[in-house]
Amino acid sequence: MNWLSDEAIARLQTASALPDLAGTRYRLIERIGSGGMGTVYLAEDSALGRRVALKILDLPELRTELSERLLREAHILARLEHPGIVPVHDAGTLADGRVFYAMKFVEGERLDAKRIDAIHERLRIFQRICEAVAFAHARGILHRDLKPENVMVGPFGEVLVMDWGVAKILREDPAPREVHASIGVETSRKAPTVTKPLKTEHGTILGTPGYMAPEQARGEVESIDERADIYSLGAILKFLMAGPKSDAPPGSDSGGAGNSTASSAAIAYVPKAVAAIAQKAMAEEPASRYASVSDLAQDVARYLDGAPVSAYPESPFQKAARWAKRYRVAIGLVLAYLVVRALLLLWLKR
Amino acid sequence: MTEDTRIGGPAGKFPATRLSAVLAARSDDPAERSRALEAIAAAYWKPIYKYLRMRWGKSNEDAKDLTQDFFAKLFEKEYLDDFDPAKARLRTFLRICADRFVANEAKAAKRLKRGGGAPHLSLDFDAAENELQRAGPLVQLTALPESVDDFLEKEFIRSLFGLAVDELRRECESRGKQIHFRLFEIYDLEGEGASNASYAELAKEFQISPTDVTNYLAFARREFRRIALERLREMTASEEEFRREARALLGVVPE
Repeated sequence: MNWLSDEAIARLQTASALPDLAGTRYRLIERIGSGGMGTVYLAEDSALGRRVALKILDLPELRTELSERLLREAHILARLEHPGIVPVHDAGTLADGRVFYAMKFVEGERLDAKRIDAIHERLRIFQRICEAVAFAHARGILHRDLKPENVMVGPFGEVLVMDWGVAKILREDPAPREVHASIGVETSRKAPTVTKPLKTEHGTILGTPGYMAPEQARGEVESIDERADIYSLGAILKFLMAGPKSDAPPGSDSGGAGNSTASSAAIAYVPKAVAAIAQKAMAEEPASRYASVSDLAQDVARYLDGAPVSAYPESPFQKAARWAKRYRVAIGLVLAYLVVRALLLLWLKR
Repeated sequence: MTEDTRIGGPAGKFPATRLSAVLAARSDDPAERSRALEAIAAAYWKPIYKYLRMRWGKSNEDAKDLTQDFFAKLFEKEYLDDFDPAKARLRTFLRICADRFVANEAKAAKRLKRGGGAPHLSLDFDAAENELQRAGPLVQLTALPESVDDFLEKEFIRSLFGLAVDELRRECESRGKQIHFRLFEIYDLEGEGASNASYAELAKEFQISPTDVTNYLAFARREFRRIALERLREMTASEEEFRREARALLGVVPE
């Protein structure tokens, strides 16, 4: 046996780790990132001349829990056609036995890395996230891992909710499609199928600490519903208000969004009504949270319109202040008119 | 590897789909146990030999004896019955066993004399020693667990990839795909200069088309990967352990 140098081992590792796209219409461009389920590569779809992202398992795993999870994610994405959810184009198995799916390549920044100064802009992004999640809920799907890292913000303001790998199907679509998603037939070899919904055992904890609802963190798989996602959305809202410098996840025991010095300073500028919205969404008891994502989004919309929000009962003074802020232009014009009128009267009397 | 050692055996000695040698080593069937232990020794004897040289500062001759004796004892004393994959990696377990073994060196020497039933492994220590010398001057590893574990992991990958390359060579030869292997050798095994050769140049040299170069290389890499992962599967006891080890083997680190 020839001795393998460190460089040869590195070359072998690189060559072995790269997906074998032989026989597909995809041409590998570069590796984008890696996670627990697999690696995402940027590739060119030679048939359509466009760039796509390929999510590929790191190992050839047919009919294992991981491969079923990946295909299930592709299936869920195929069910969720919405501008706020990344569309899936194709799914199958590569020549090297690795399961993959192709999706739209999203150019932009992850929400946790994006700097957004204006509070109104942050809230509008939050509304877009809510729209996508509300759509998924309407289709009977829970995301279960909502967090800033799983939200992409595009250069033209597109907001996309990503990574549906641990999503839970609450109820089947009224008109379910074929589960195997071999849309680009010529590209996919042996398009595998997911024949049954993946069951998550009771006690299994899926999600991210700090963004997980308490019942989710306790592994109460059977009892979690849309309100678990509402909790995560509340944590995202809190994160957005604190800004990307927050060290600790918003829901963590260590104090969340107000924990670090930077975020303490930032949280001081958070309007009380918005803080109350986040607090209500993140209530310990699911029953105390918003009943639906639409209700949560409506409260945010009311705040942006200068209207009262359900999560924040106002004192008469606060109500007057908000009213004054909402109609500040009209009030300013009336006041200006009165001042001019008074000055005119004084000048005429002289 | 057939030139290096007979343990592990040539292709065909093991079934095409390899099962966990770690589990088979506990089998009641002596033949199955023996095959499993040979497979483990084939992948680990070089890392253990180098470890004894570098961590324990043993001379070439002492390390040879200790390695022989260690694997003989592994066969004889059913060490692997105590291995729990949930608690440690196999190489960490073997390293701890080797440490204990060296600490009881005097007793081990006696055991060598009376251990008549244990098989004597045919190991090419000169090759292992040459590898050590080629890697540079011998530097003694510190006792820090991370550094010794990193060293063993690196040497285990080297050993396992070496076995996979040998198996790929045999497979390519038996299937008349020598050019496939040669291209793989040039591109992935040999030095930087060789791998800079363009596909067109190689196509001309081997009298094939540049597309064939791409396809042949893809085939060899795919087969190498399959063999390496099969070999690795032998060295693991559970699916979870296999996945974890495979990601480390392929250098895939989650971000």
